[in-house]
Amino acid sequence: MRLEAHDLAFGYPENSVGRDVGLAVEPGEVLCLLGPNGCGKTTLFKTLLGLLPAQGGHVTLGSDALSALPRQEIARRIAYVPQAQSGVFPYTALDLVLMGRTAHRGLFAGPTREDRELAQRALDDLGIANLADRDVTRLSGGQRQLVLVARAIAQASPLIVMDEPTASLDFGNQVVVLTEIRRLAARGAGIVLSTHDPDHAFAIADRVALMHGGEIISNGRPADVLTSERLHTVYGVHVTIEKTSRGQVVCAPSYSR
Amino acid sequence: MGGRQTTGNAGTPMSVASDLRRTDAWVMPALVLSVVVAAIVGLSAGAFPVTLDSFYRAFAKLITGVPPAAPDERVLLSIRGPRVLGGLIVGAALAGAGVVYQGLFRNPLVSPDVLGVSAGAGLGAVVGIFLSLPMIAIQGFAFIGGLTTVALVYAIAAAVQGRDPTLVLVLGGVVVGALAGAAISLLKILADPYDQLPAITFWLLGSIASMRAADVWSALPAVVLGLVPLILLRWRINVLSLGDEEARALGVEAGRIRAVVIGAATLITASVVAISGVIGWVGLVIPHIARMLVGPNFERLLPAAMLMGAAYLVLVDTLARSLGRIEVPIGILTAVVGAPFFLWLLWRGRHGWS
Repeated sequence: MRLEAHDLAFGYPENSVGRDVGLAVEPGEVLCLLGPNGCGKTTLFKTLLGLLPAQGGHVTLGSDALSALPRQEIARRIAYVPQAQSGVFPYTALDLVLMGRTAHRGLFAGPTREDRELAQRALDDLGIANLADRDVTRLSGGQRQLVLVARAIAQASPLIVMDEPTASLDFGNQVVVLTEIRRLAARGAGIVLSTHDPDHAFAIADRVALMHGGEIISNGRPADVLTSERLHTVYGVHVTIEKTSRGQVVCAPSYSR
Repeated sequence: MGGRQTTGNAGTPMSVASDLRRTDAWVMPALVLSVVVAAIVGLSAGAFPVTLDSFYRAFAKLITGVPPAAPDERVLLSIRGPRVLGGLIVGAALAGAGVVYQGLFRNPLVSPDVLGVSAGAGLGAVVGIFLSLPMIAIQGFAFIGGLTTVALVYAIAAAVQGRDPTLVLVLGGVVVGALAGAAISLLKILADPYDQLPAITFWLLGSIASMRAADVWSALPAVVLGLVPLILLRWRINVLSLGDEEARALGVEAGRIRAVVIGAATLITASVVAISGVIGWVGLVIPHIARMLVGPNFERLLPAAMLMGAAYLVLVDTLARSLGRIEVPIGILTAVVGAPFFLWLLWRGRHGWS
């Protein structure tokens, strides 16, 4: 399923955050959204998910306008991995993942045996089956983030939006999540994620959209978009971009003034 | 939990958790048993002695429809029976509503009384008594009063932005509850001091002492009616407790479901407040203990809290009429038990919710 945004203006009532945003995600494609704090990434995501009404332009999921779809159908088409918060109630990780199945069941239904198997498999995929019966309010931020990714996997939507999925993860778990994102894309999912680390964009993104002040200033293949000039414009730091001997592209900021 | 969890072999280290789950299996039967025991204690305790034989005869009369003749049969069927039955219903209803409010407001410290529902329903019922209306109208007034208060508190919380929403919610409840209290005071001054005032005063203290079979039958349909959407929407209520935004992203029409569920919980609260008066604390304390026992999953939490609330209220009511020569209004006892518990929750801090 294809996700498209045309001339999208977004924000809150009386507080416009961004405008003129156009982007498209094809099945099997990873789009990485890069931009400094406060540039409007989360607000844009909420608009793509229909959680905030677009202030201008429109979003389409497949062949339908987002604004014309009921909530349940939107959730069947696009899943959301929010930034992990501690949560109020001590659900087990398995219960939280099971909630990802809600859109596939009727209004009055609870999770079925099939849902439980899918949820368990999603936890297995991320190597966190051992967390299944743990209280999510007592997990570390990183563990909670992995559980939320597992929930999106269980939701089985062809599109997934992830808001800084690696933000609270340690080095090893960042790799776990990025690898899982690539694997989901290989299975045909279209994925939009935001990150603060250009290395992640080089590592897994098919396309990168660089955001600055509520607008996308550049959109294309990582090597074309992420130049040291643009990174300097957006982040205000000097960056050297190099290829390692194994062919990975990495960004090294300069720490001297 | 410093180590990385992701490297663990899938599926192996679950023994601790499944042990927990196994011990869970006895919780529901134990709660059902506690309700039965509470009912038997409630029926047996009192000045007039009853024997096993009295139970047999009273039960036979109940089944056959023959009016009770012997005094012990009358005590069981006309006095203690309705009282115990009423206690079960009131306790289950308040605890169930408390679970719902805590889940939907995402705040384990809210309850029907903290949000002012009880005070609002109380005001509605006092207006009903003041106007000398029949029971069914008093219940209707209680329901409207309760619903209006929740709507007001909710509107206040939505309107005040940029502050801790929990605090706004609780303070909003206090403010609206105080307003309702002022209106009740006004009505007490205006009420007929020989007829209406005692009824209002006694009613506001909360009591199931004068529970008649007719009261039970008038509240029961509304409680059952309110329970239907809660049982049907049990899984959506879990999802809603994650917050509106997350629930919507998971495919739940948050606004609509929330309105239905709050309406149902308010119907339940208001209809029992109409027959028992304002019995505080049950809707706050019982949901917490139930959550400690079975976890936050509404599918299990709702029945667990309702069973526990039913047993608790009957036992406290039995205590209320056995403690001294005169009967202590039950609302006083539930406060004596509930207030220290509330403080203990505050003292335990955030993880007290679990």
